[in-house]
Amino acid sequence: MRLAYTEDQQLFRETVRDFLEGACTTDKLREAWAADTAITGRWTELAKIGVTGLVVPEEQDGLGLTDEEFAAVLESAGYAALPEPLLESAVAAGLLAEFAPGAGRLERIASGEATAAVLLPGQPFAIEAAQADVLVVGTTDNGVSEIHVLNPADCTLTAQRSVDRSRKLYKVEFAASPETLVASGDAAAKALARAADRGALGAAALLLGLTKRMLDMAVDYAKQRVQRGVLIGTHQSVQHHLANVLIKLEFARPVVMRAAYSLARDLPSAARDVSMAKIYAGEAADLAARNALQVHGAIGYTEEHDLQLFMKRAWALGAAWGDAGHHRDRVAADLLGGAPAQLTPTF
Amino acid sequence: MDLEFSPKEQEFRQEVRSWLEANVPATPLPSMDTEEGFRLHQEWEKKLFDARWAVVSWPKAYGGREAGLTEWLIFEEEYYRAGAPGRVSQNGIFLFAPTVFEFGSQEQQDRYLPKMASGEEIWVQGWSEPEAGSDLANVRSRADRDDERGGWVLNGQKIWSSRGTYGHRLFGLFRTDPESKRHHGLTYFMVDLASAGVTVRPIPQLDGEPGFAEVFLDDVFVPDADVLGGPGEGWKIMIATTGSERGLNLRSPGRFLAPADRLLALYQERGNGDQVLRDAAVQAWMDAEAYRLFTFGTVTKLLDGGQIGADSSINKVFWSQMDVELHATALKLLGGYGELDEGSPDAVDGARWLDGFLFALGGPIYAGTNEIQRNTIAERILGLPRAK
Repeated sequence: MRLAYTEDQQLFRETVRDFLEGACTTDKLREAWAADTAITGRWTELAKIGVTGLVVPEEQDGLGLTDEEFAAVLESAGYAALPEPLLESAVAAGLLAEFAPGAGRLERIASGEATAAVLLPGQPFAIEAAQADVLVVGTTDNGVSEIHVLNPADCTLTAQRSVDRSRKLYKVEFAASPETLVASGDAAAKALARAADRGALGAAALLLGLTKRMLDMAVDYAKQRVQRGVLIGTHQSVQHHLANVLIKLEFARPVVMRAAYSLARDLPSAARDVSMAKIYAGEAADLAARNALQVHGAIGYTEEHDLQLFMKRAWALGAAWGDAGHHRDRVAADLLGGAPAQLTPTF
Repeated sequence: MDLEFSPKEQEFRQEVRSWLEANVPATPLPSMDTEEGFRLHQEWEKKLFDARWAVVSWPKAYGGREAGLTEWLIFEEEYYRAGAPGRVSQNGIFLFAPTVFEFGSQEQQDRYLPKMASGEEIWVQGWSEPEAGSDLANVRSRADRDDERGGWVLNGQKIWSSRGTYGHRLFGLFRTDPESKRHHGLTYFMVDLASAGVTVRPIPQLDGEPGFAEVFLDDVFVPDADVLGGPGEGWKIMIATTGSERGLNLRSPGRFLAPADRLLALYQERGNGDQVLRDAAVQAWMDAEAYRLFTFGTVTKLLDGGQIGADSSINKVFWSQMDVELHATALKLLGGYGELDEGSPDAVDGARWLDGFLFALGGPIYAGTNEIQRNTIAERILGLPRAK
């Protein structure tokens, strides 16, 4: 029994974190807010350290790594609020690798030349669809699932504006045809469910990183802000707000790690484990955002302060890839739907 | 990561499970805080000890199995899954023993550990005083040197001493340097509660049973042989004990996994599809699972040579809150039956949920209140300036 990332996984996470510290500053995030797309030369740089092709199979020039590495690296991406669609591209890449590995698409993702966009059943919008090389769309109608691979240029894309303006969302209208269809029926349903789980796991990992970032910012602020002649960090009321965030974070992390472990091995509990991860990381980030805002006071309520860059991402991701209600329903169905669940393992 | 148990560990689990299935009393024992219940719990401890299950992680010489941390977690999971009796000896075997192993002399270890493990001698905490609760450094009870008899004369008052009503020996801090302040000049004593000058006043807890007591000491003589470590070293040694209390030892995940499973079963019986209670029951189950995973992470860290340190404060806040929520949810599911205590003919499951709820309410208070824990987290982990 061992619940810890391997040294290699930790090294990968730290490498990405160190790279983004310089390459994804809050000034750069504000540039992403102002631009039509958040995708920049940083994507190509990330490709050089293997990040864009992390889950792309080795045959297509990727690293062919698992959901464990994926979750570890996304924690660092969350810490920086990386605006490029790393999560979405990876989810799309997983589906492409299974059903449409040709046409050099995966190679271009791995090399950083391109991104892929994805729209799963139930998702209203696709991120960076206009910029993407390829758009992978899943549909479920009357219980029948299909997966289509589309050229974004052939779709009608309507840009939306997120509270987090670095999330370039598009409503997608597309014409499905036998030419765009790559999978249907049970195989498609299974793959789409797994893709949704990967997305939820990735969102949970991003939320862990965001939680840590907002906590760090609030702690730093509490250490230097003086009111009535004392540092506000000496007040127990402030200390306890921040301690509560750390408790949420420290208990969310092993839950996310276990979900990565389960999904990487396609264990029977994987879907439930992923839902737990999304719930715990979402709650941690939600509390971090609220308490960090409270500790910052009025300055945190401004657009000019950087806290908003991370709070807004946390709010958006809390609802994306299944909100808490959706994931609670999934856990409840798993635990209460059939035979009484046992936490203590049986064998 | 590797979240599987090894074949050897699974074999261990099977062995524990088989023994417990054959030996756990079919009907629950009376509360360990009643005279009869205390005795029956002691007998149960003896039975565990004779089968070498009382102290699995201890050395074989003292009746243990030298089980590793993972095996200890497995033992605990199985123990509570089987519905086995609460551990009347727990303050000794889990809280105090690690300190005896680390700081006690060979002679002290040989003299005390076997009887502690077999349940023959039940140990009692002597931390708090009327003016020293969470502020433990404010200890006023004192010990004066008696060179003639080769020991110390203790005077003062301890309070909230768990198992004090029926227990046999007390461990705690006394001020040996009258000039000293705060955490200086304190010494760690082991006191025979049958000594002349000891008066024990039982204090009924919320459940009506005297789970803790007030202990008055009037010129109680304690020989040098019953000083743990050296004079003045009490604080350092005490920190080691509270470390194990908040860390791993006191509340293994198994203690919450079993009631969390039972809570889901209770929901299935009585939930009537109520969505709010469904979410609360599922949350309690997930929290128990999260606590287990968190503990796996802690065990991994310890096996890699790391320390728990202030992280134990994070742990303590979490499990104590979880325990309250879990039992509060059960009482809501019981509706009008929730308030019935074990004396009621129609009490559900012998009123165990009410009993568990009343017990859980102490969690956020004892072992350092959760407010003190949050201060510790803020100052020692987050690095915030000391609270004024």
